[in-house]
Amino acid sequence: MRPARLTALTAAAAVAALTAVTGCAEKSGAGDGAIKVAASDSACEVSKTEFPAGKVTIEVENKGSKVTEVYVLFPDDRIVAERENIGPGTKASITAEIKAGDYEIACKPGMKGDGIRQKVKATGNGAAEKRSPELDAAVAAYRKYVQEQADETLPKAQAFADAVKAGDVEAAKKAYAVSRIGWERTEPVAESFGDIDPKVDVREDGLEAGQDPAKDWTGWHRLEKALFADNKIGDDEKKLADQLMTDLTGWQKKVGQAEITPTSMANGAKELLDEVASGKVTGEEERYSHTDLVDFKANVEGAQKAYELLKPAAAKNDPALSAELDKQFAAMNTLLDKYRADKNTYDFASYETVGQDQRKELSDAVSALGEPLSKLAAAVTK
Amino acid sequence: MSEDTSTTTTDAAAESAASTEAVASATGSDATGGPSRRSVLGWGGAGLALGAAAAGGTVAALSSGSDAVPAALSGSAVPFHGAHQAGIASAVQDRLHFAAFDVKTKDRAELVQLLKDWTRAAERMTAGLPVGEGAVGGLPEAPPDDTGEALGLKPSRLTLTIGFGASLFAKDRFGLEDRRPEALVDLEQFPGDNLDPAKSGGDLCVQACADDPQVAVHAIRQLARIGFGKTAVRWSQLGFGKTSSTTPDQQTPRNMMGFKDGTRNIAGTDTAALDKHVWVADEAKGASAWMAGGSYLVARRIRMHIETWDRTPLQEQEDIFGRDKAEGAPVGKSKERDEPFLKAMKPEAHVRLAHPDSNNGVTILRRGYSFTDGSDGLGRLDAGLFFLAYQRDVRKGFIPLQRNLSKHDGLNEYIQHVSSALFAVPPGVRDKDDWWGRALFA
Repeated sequence: MRPARLTALTAAAAVAALTAVTGCAEKSGAGDGAIKVAASDSACEVSKTEFPAGKVTIEVENKGSKVTEVYVLFPDDRIVAERENIGPGTKASITAEIKAGDYEIACKPGMKGDGIRQKVKATGNGAAEKRSPELDAAVAAYRKYVQEQADETLPKAQAFADAVKAGDVEAAKKAYAVSRIGWERTEPVAESFGDIDPKVDVREDGLEAGQDPAKDWTGWHRLEKALFADNKIGDDEKKLADQLMTDLTGWQKKVGQAEITPTSMANGAKELLDEVASGKVTGEEERYSHTDLVDFKANVEGAQKAYELLKPAAAKNDPALSAELDKQFAAMNTLLDKYRADKNTYDFASYETVGQDQRKELSDAVSALGEPLSKLAAAVTK
Repeated sequence: MSEDTSTTTTDAAAESAASTEAVASATGSDATGGPSRRSVLGWGGAGLALGAAAAGGTVAALSSGSDAVPAALSGSAVPFHGAHQAGIASAVQDRLHFAAFDVKTKDRAELVQLLKDWTRAAERMTAGLPVGEGAVGGLPEAPPDDTGEALGLKPSRLTLTIGFGASLFAKDRFGLEDRRPEALVDLEQFPGDNLDPAKSGGDLCVQACADDPQVAVHAIRQLARIGFGKTAVRWSQLGFGKTSSTTPDQQTPRNMMGFKDGTRNIAGTDTAALDKHVWVADEAKGASAWMAGGSYLVARRIRMHIETWDRTPLQEQEDIFGRDKAEGAPVGKSKERDEPFLKAMKPEAHVRLAHPDSNNGVTILRRGYSFTDGSDGLGRLDAGLFFLAYQRDVRKGFIPLQRNLSKHDGLNEYIQHVSSALFAVPPGVRDKDDWWGRALFA
């Protein structure tokens, strides 16, 4: 998983149907089309509750006595855009790309609680809505893929949880890495929900100040430590196995409703490579089990799936880029195959056995793939 | 360490006469080059190699006229195009970011395209412009072409200089095995070397020098990014320790041992000395014909044992260098730029051993920088000299010099060479249609 600093905002922006640009002072002057929000200690007045979808500017004035923050929220409370720390008597602006649909604008005087809310509606066909049938098909297919990955993960995770609950350390160790593959393939989508990822995939060092690992650390990596570092399963671990299943079931239910766009798919693919670059190549992600190469492979597979679905559009707009991506995905897979005897299994070498020179080679390959992949979003929006 | 400081008068007189002659000849050639150019180029002059006297016959260029870089020029751009690559004879800038790359692609055409892409990016960055479509204003959903940390900064006399390592010419790689110049040798293991292979060698190198470290770092970062998939950074080094206001007439910079370093060097304005010692001649034939107008670069990371050096008595420190610490004057002389009388120095004195007179006239153009990379885990300062030296032929330049030094130099007790590389530095990019290494791949 990504470090804890991944906020709900960035997660939402990564996958949701918008690019939030907060605090863009120079763009706030336009005025006429802007939505004005008058925030006070007891009110949150919005100048219009219906506006055209597309790039929207919200101009906030804090007329109250407390510092406030203003959010644009999806109906289920996920964040579209936000601006914090708006001092009394000051103005701020929020710019966001908003698709047609229902939203809420919330002011939080004192930056606490659920805030004072106003229902608003974005109407018509904003810029974000215009897509080719080709790209719509890519989004639909990716949505299906994401759901399938969750559906297929549940039984594998259940097998892992069952082994933990049976106190069978060896069986649990065997089931561990495999139970994570579907998650690792689609992680940016799961992260867009903000709350699931920290529950199931946080590492001990991802906990926030004041959180107690004994109480607040849940999910795969807590069990990984018990199994691979401590070599034992206690009552706590058995409970955590049930908790993991509850959380993953929540993911399975939610994942189909994720906001997915062509650019979020492209940038999600790039983020999967970022995951590899920051967590797997260094051996940090699976520091007890050393199954980093399994996650690595799954991240690459997920990225490749998103790319393959976008490729018809990307190849039309930027043939050189798609040729490069084809080449780099092939090179990456060839390199990874060196670490498993059988291409039909996920029995990869322990990352402990991967030497410094080999890690450099893997890291170079990740950069070679990640760099052109970062250009995919531009290629599909041309 | 106080014996043997007496010398014979005749030796001294001969030294003095020889140096006067050198002064006269250098003055002549400098004058023909035009007096104003020097002040325009603002040659900082001093190399930063360990030791202060490896260059001969260039006193005049170092001691006449005003070499100071006008303040207004410190942010200016150094022309990228020319017969020779900028960054060799160009006035030395404040800061360095040096990177060695491995070439990952096996495709010759892809390597050529990369060199073209790098050249175009280098043209823009040395002019103070961002690469590609810039750092801002592009698609919000896509990363910008330029990473942006040099936005708003002046060109800062950025120079980018490329070199090709011997490994690039290996058989079955790019069909260059017949083009490998004889002078691009495999450097031998010198006594005392403790080389880290992971920080040595490389198929390509780029030396980025600028007066602003952010500009130099930005430049290497863009090239690394453009190169991903085709190249990968093998190792890199940051350097400091040169100020543009420093001129040989004023203050010679001090190295991390506290000694003035680089009192003598080949001046960037001394075309005769550059032609003789630095640039590969136009009549270069056969395998090295493509190198005409180029040079050879030796890069060595020289770690200094700072803490033990600091516990060394002043007299011993001065004896080891062969110069005094305050003024930088050679043994027995009073001024930094007085001609050294080598026989007055200890046999193992660094200046004595490095001097051209002790090395059959061997002369190299040094361009090194001090470095410190924090501490080494034992709490010792990881610092020293990143030695960069350009010459026409290492077999007549660095190699005999280093053989001599590595065996006898009193400094060896306090330094260790920990990384090493040699690169063939091609001639300059002539114009907008030319690119780094075109003659090699022609």
